[in-house]
Amino acid sequence: MADETTLWISHHLAEKIREHGAETYPHECCGALLGRDSSLVAGTNYDAQAASREILSLFPLINRRDDSPRNRFSLTADDVRDAEKAASAQGLEVVGWYHSHPDHPARPSEYDRDHAWPWYSYIIVSVQHGAPQDMTSWRLNDDRREFSHEGIEIRHRAAV
Amino acid sequence: MPVKVMIPTPLRPYAGKRDSAEFKAATVGEALTHLTTQFTDLRKHLFTEDGKLRSFVNVYVNDEDIRYLASENTPTKDGDTISIIPSIAGGCR
Repeated sequence: MADETTLWISHHLAEKIREHGAETYPHECCGALLGRDSSLVAGTNYDAQAASREILSLFPLINRRDDSPRNRFSLTADDVRDAEKAASAQGLEVVGWYHSHPDHPARPSEYDRDHAWPWYSYIIVSVQHGAPQDMTSWRLNDDRREFSHEGIEIRHRAAV
Repeated sequence: MPVKVMIPTPLRPYAGKRDSAEFKAATVGEALTHLTTQFTDLRKHLFTEDGKLRSFVNVYVNDEDIRYLASENTPTKDGDTISIIPSIAGGCR
């Protein structure tokens, strides 16, 4: 089945996410995805499937979950505000978030679903024995019941 | 002058793409009720099925977290700005 939405990212930034997951292993890494989404352009109707979304910068953050960082991550509202300020300073938006699943598949958990909002792209990178493996992206459905898989398209040169 | 509720980017598709909405409201809870009455699709992303604010949804009145005030009973006055900011969380199991 075709993915409903597609996320564009450069090879360089995709590698940065994977490296972050390896650096923090066996703990989960996390950060913000800064980019552009055509659905935010004034005067356009909202249509997630027709919109194009591209990640143009990352804002790595510190996992605040000291109690169970191997299977949980959390970011404070201040982290979110800092990410929004960093995005705004670059003329971008926070279009999603990334985190790692140490020794676990790159599939969203029930816990991920409970704590998600729609529209955001949620990238998950699986890190097995310290080595980054699969990277996937997901968007929460409007009814909050499940995530839809989002295609990741890697650009091998910088966006114009 | 009413209370202004800032609508976070991910929820704007459920609010006619608006970035804010203004309501006459005496408390934060009243303003959020007006917001989710006008934009019903927003409700499930802010509140649980039993009507409680979702644990990861933070609400501020002029930069003050309502958890440290009177939660949804926090009084509002004309010209106040209410912001809704998520704490991002997740994990593999």
